[in-house]
Amino acid sequence: MSEVVVKAPQGHIEVKNFSLSYDSIEGPVEAVTDTQIHVKPGEFVSIVGPSGCGKSTLLNAVAGFLKPTTGIVTVDGEKVNGPSAERGMVFQQYSLFPWKTVRENVEFGLKMRGMPRSQRERAARTLLGLAGLEAFEKHYPEKLSGGMKQRVGIVRALATGPKVLLLDEPFGALDAQTRVIMQQILTNMWQRLKISVLFVTHDIDEAIFLSDRVYCMTARPGSIKAEIPIPLERPRQQSMMMSSEFLGLRRGLMSLIREESIKAMGGELNDMGMQGLNIELHGHSLADVI
Amino acid sequence: MPASTPPASPPSFSTLTLRWYRLNRGGLRATAIGIISLLAFLLVWHLLTTYRVVFFVRFTNVPSPLAVYASFTKAIHDPKFLLHVLLSCRRIFFGFSLAAIVAVPLGLIMGRFKVVHEIIFPVAEVLRPIPAIAWVPMAIMLWPTNEQSIVYITFLGSFFPILVNTLHGMSLVDPVLVRAAQCLGARERSIFRDVYFPASLPHIFTGLTVGMGVAWVSLIAAEMISGQYGIGYFTWEAYSLVQYADIALGMIAIGVLGLGSSMLIRGAGQLVMPWRLK
Repeated sequence: MSEVVVKAPQGHIEVKNFSLSYDSIEGPVEAVTDTQIHVKPGEFVSIVGPSGCGKSTLLNAVAGFLKPTTGIVTVDGEKVNGPSAERGMVFQQYSLFPWKTVRENVEFGLKMRGMPRSQRERAARTLLGLAGLEAFEKHYPEKLSGGMKQRVGIVRALATGPKVLLLDEPFGALDAQTRVIMQQILTNMWQRLKISVLFVTHDIDEAIFLSDRVYCMTARPGSIKAEIPIPLERPRQQSMMMSSEFLGLRRGLMSLIREESIKAMGGELNDMGMQGLNIELHGHSLADVI
Repeated sequence: MPASTPPASPPSFSTLTLRWYRLNRGGLRATAIGIISLLAFLLVWHLLTTYRVVFFVRFTNVPSPLAVYASFTKAIHDPKFLLHVLLSCRRIFFGFSLAAIVAVPLGLIMGRFKVVHEIIFPVAEVLRPIPAIAWVPMAIMLWPTNEQSIVYITFLGSFFPILVNTLHGMSLVDPVLVRAAQCLGARERSIFRDVYFPASLPHIFTGLTVGMGVAWVSLIAAEMISGQYGIGYFTWEAYSLVQYADIALGMIAIGVLGLGSSMLIRGAGQLVMPWRLK
């Protein structure tokens, strides 16, 4: 089992001079522009930004679903040229195969790799055990709660021993309590596996709590506005979310994002509209922020 | 409502019966109403025919349920009647199976490869609205034997519902599942086998159920026009020979056979798609 669970630290993601635009009738529309990011082996990195800023686009390009218009995406120096089992992915939408049981879902990647049945059954059981899901191995996904589905989704993505794990707002559809538990589970699995993680979210607390580093993106066309190291020590506890260090980071990120969100909605809101919203201005006037 | 049973002693037979009854009340009710409504139908039929009611519709010559029952008891000992039934079933089996064997893979391939869709879809759309019965003269010209042309008509009847539903199923496959499979190292062939095919199965089975219904419609029409055997021919022959009870017997036989074959398909569907069981 050890070959499945423990992997040598690798998985260096590099995104250089990246831009991506879509064709439309009015000409190309830029979704992401002039972006550089990197994830060191074993590092947990999040991307936050206002909705529609292109953070998912960036992640999908790392996964290999989208081709950059300019620039290059590499993992361990190898150019990304389409999806592969080297880059596991967890999606916001539940993406378990409804016609496969929990264990068959986890086994799928191993089956694709040609692992014999008995071996992959054992591997899947071990992994499900680590995630506390062994009792559900024979269930079909429909019978599971949202949190369990995503846990199986994470286990399935990790089963093939990928170099990096990509997560696209995986807990976005979960309720607040479940989300907190899922964050803890993800942290535990990440620490055990020493895998590189690129995590997209719009939840600032989530990004700070989980990450070693957070990239904050600008409004569309998205680019990197700031890169914030998170020096909080590990292992992290829920109680740390009340610490002044956490709150300081949160305040900083908050104001960065708020600027971009307001920019993104600039056309839709005027000062009158903003007065109804209770926005913390930290001593600035609304005009300054905008 | 009585209070819940005390937890200590094991529940007695009567409490178990009561609980079972409470849990299955809905189903029992539906069954009871179903039986009553069938009996009521028979009673109305009996009254209308016994009193030879003429009220816009004429029941003067319509056989009574008892007359039909009498001709049924005679027919089940008649090898000729059984042969009619058997031949119809065989035609359905060949026509429908051929349609499923051709239409399901074709639909899957059309759904996956745009070029195939672009080539075949226009032809299918032109042929689809032609009722299978309209094919009868052409079928007689096309095929050397009567038997083959009837099977061909049955085939045509079920072919298009199966094809259209398979295509529909393919168009609804959730792209995120395809992407998930790709991220797990699946290549084209496994994506087809492990994602597109199972994802389309519920719609394929809808197509098979509809196709089976249309297969019977087409078969009976074809048998009435050009058959020498078959339950459709039996029904039409009964009319020509003024054996009115046999007309109703033929109709009921067709109904029962149609119901039985769609139940078979539903059963097969549950076997193939265990994840859809509630």
